[in-house]
Amino acid sequence: MVLARALDERCLSLQRQGRIGFYVPLEGQEAAQVGCALALDPKDWIFPAYRELGVALARGVTLPELLDQFIGNSGDRLKGRQMPNHYGYRAQNFVVASSPLGTQIPQAVGAALAARRRGDPIVTVAFFGDGSTSTNDFHAGLNFAGVFRSPTIFFCQNNQWAISMPRSRQTMSATLAEKADAYGFRGVVVDGTDLGQVYRTVTEARTRALAGDGPTLIEAQVYRFGPHSTSDDPKRYRSDPEVAEWRRRDPLLRTKEHLMTAGDWTEAKDTALWTEVRGRIAEAWKAAEATSPLPPTSFLDDVFSTPTPQLENQRRELDDLLARKVIHE
Amino acid sequence: MTELTLVQAVNRGLAEAMRQDPDVLLLGEDIGTNGGVFRATEGLQKEFGAERVIDTPLSECGIVGTAIGMALYGLKPVAEIQFLDFIYPAFDQIVSELSKFRYRSGGQYPCHVVVRAPYGGGIRGGLYHSQSTEAFFCHTAGLKVVIPSTPADAKGLLLTAIHDEDPVMFLEPKRIYRSITGEVPDGDYRIPFGKARVAREGTDLTLVAYGAMMVPTLAAAERLAQDGLQAEVLDLRTLVPLDEATLLASVEKTGRLVIVHEAARTAGFGAEIAAIVAEKALYSLKAPIVRVTGYDTPFPYALEHLYLPSEERIVEAARGVGRTG
Ligand SMILES: Cc1ncc(C[n+]2csc(CCOP(=O)(O)OP(=O)(O)O)c2C)c(N)n1
Ligand SMILES: [Mg+2]
Repeated sequence: MVLARALDERCLSLQRQGRIGFYVPLEGQEAAQVGCALALDPKDWIFPAYRELGVALARGVTLPELLDQFIGNSGDRLKGRQMPNHYGYRAQNFVVASSPLGTQIPQAVGAALAARRRGDPIVTVAFFGDGSTSTNDFHAGLNFAGVFRSPTIFFCQNNQWAISMPRSRQTMSATLAEKADAYGFRGVVVDGTDLGQVYRTVTEARTRALAGDGPTLIEAQVYRFGPHSTSDDPKRYRSDPEVAEWRRRDPLLRTKEHLMTAGDWTEAKDTALWTEVRGRIAEAWKAAEATSPLPPTSFLDDVFSTPTPQLENQRRELDDLLARKVIHE
Repeated sequence: MTELTLVQAVNRGLAEAMRQDPDVLLLGEDIGTNGGVFRATEGLQKEFGAERVIDTPLSECGIVGTAIGMALYGLKPVAEIQFLDFIYPAFDQIVSELSKFRYRSGGQYPCHVVVRAPYGGGIRGGLYHSQSTEAFFCHTAGLKVVIPSTPADAKGLLLTAIHDEDPVMFLEPKRIYRSITGEVPDGDYRIPFGKARVAREGTDLTLVAYGAMMVPTLAAAERLAQDGLQAEVLDLRTLVPLDEATLLASVEKTGRLVIVHEAARTAGFGAEIAAIVAEKALYSLKAPIVRVTGYDTPFPYALEHLYLPSEERIVEAARGVGRTG
């Protein structure tokens, strides 16, 4: 959680300095994400949206993997194809994210059905926000999950806002979790700032899914402390007191306080952890920034397993333009 | 006349239409309190109220489907899709419904909705904030497809769109939302559909473009002039209906044609232009037609500067065409 928060802070400042092009912060959602990820098995498949930094880190996605993606350099596993935050890493069973909202939801159902057919004891988890519960894909996905009783967890982080639209304008339902009722399976609301509560809820949902008791929709109530993205100005649509109110329930503070009362965590240990984490990030950033750019024609790769003749011609055209210095890398 | 950016001109066009006609209303995501993620609807909810500038739940299908119902009942809805890349949940409503209401009812149910969407690359937006998919809509009978490239055209074409009787896809080149300014007539100002703009006169070759590609295309024309090649530059403004007369007259005069668009090449709108010229002005051509386009790949993030047609690529293509024949 500390690593996620510290990386978030660093990336926001890197974006302001123009060193990365764009950034989607997760501040405020760490406990929900990490609590969920820790309750899963590494073999479970994650279908993320774009704000799941805490999940990625908890799954073992490394700092170099993330920072290279944010820059889009030659170390980027995605080869510079996507905007920052839209990443995916097969080795960590973290399926590549896209921008169109909700699309991952029915996909998670399909993967869960496939795993069941293969006899693999895994669940799939779809991550999405409150706003995304208004998409077609959300409804199609939950309906299929109900009908086929797929071993899927729908993990909705209700961070109260979809850019400028408050949760209250998204649906007249009292909770998002109750939408599961209509699809014939279980929906639960959890306090997403409470790491332990999230962990227990996901663990239970996972056990039930594997036992054949069907999917669960979990609504984790959280708050997006920062802007929607670095292109957004939340002052236009929400008030400071509202943010301050939620900041009192900062999941990092809550977790720290809990560890200090229930365990042997101390201020000194906490400070040391922050220093260590910031150092690791600084070092990883230095390496990422020194990594070479992508080869210029690499954007022509991976459209198909074997390129079409048209693409081959286009590659020759581009090679020729670069070779004659008509255009430059 | 007022000096405006393109996005401000869109805003003034919407405000003008809403003042003229209480039936005009807007629907979209983040368009009210927030004034739109690009600020195209800034201030409009304040002036016209939340009943006419409607912040919707997050569903493009809902936005367009609801707009269709309103239009069937006689209102004049203008739907905003936050990015053209996110229009696909509404594709069924647009392609199966909006475009076909008039036809499938034998003219009983005209369905006039304007769908506005920022589109195009060059803003470091990666795969899903950059695409130029105008060809999908051009290929759907029953939709008009409009793309302004100047602030004045943005306002004039938008007002025509809102007062039209058919569905209009109004695609706004977001790369030049703020990078260019221009004088825009105040009040009601309309530009007819189906009239290309001759952005530059010339005799030696014709460059055809639209939207944000007008910027590198005009810059290329200036560079070519230094070499002694006088390019005529056409801004199509409306792809459907297409101004064939201006296109053919220009090619008959110059005998050479370079088509520029940022969309992928295969089955892009350039293919349609080339086919029309081949059908109707083949014998005027002194050189093969050349297309300068995006590549047949999804829109890349890190290397978008290589993907997008640039002034240099256009100049190079034009020189090639100028030398032949
Ligand atoms: C289909 C679609 N429509 C619109 C958008 C533009 N958009 C990006 S994020 C966003 C809000 C999403 O809100 P929510 O689902 O609550 O997730 P959060 O960003 O709060 O994590 C919108 C409207 C999009 N990406 N996809
Ligand atoms: Mg949200």
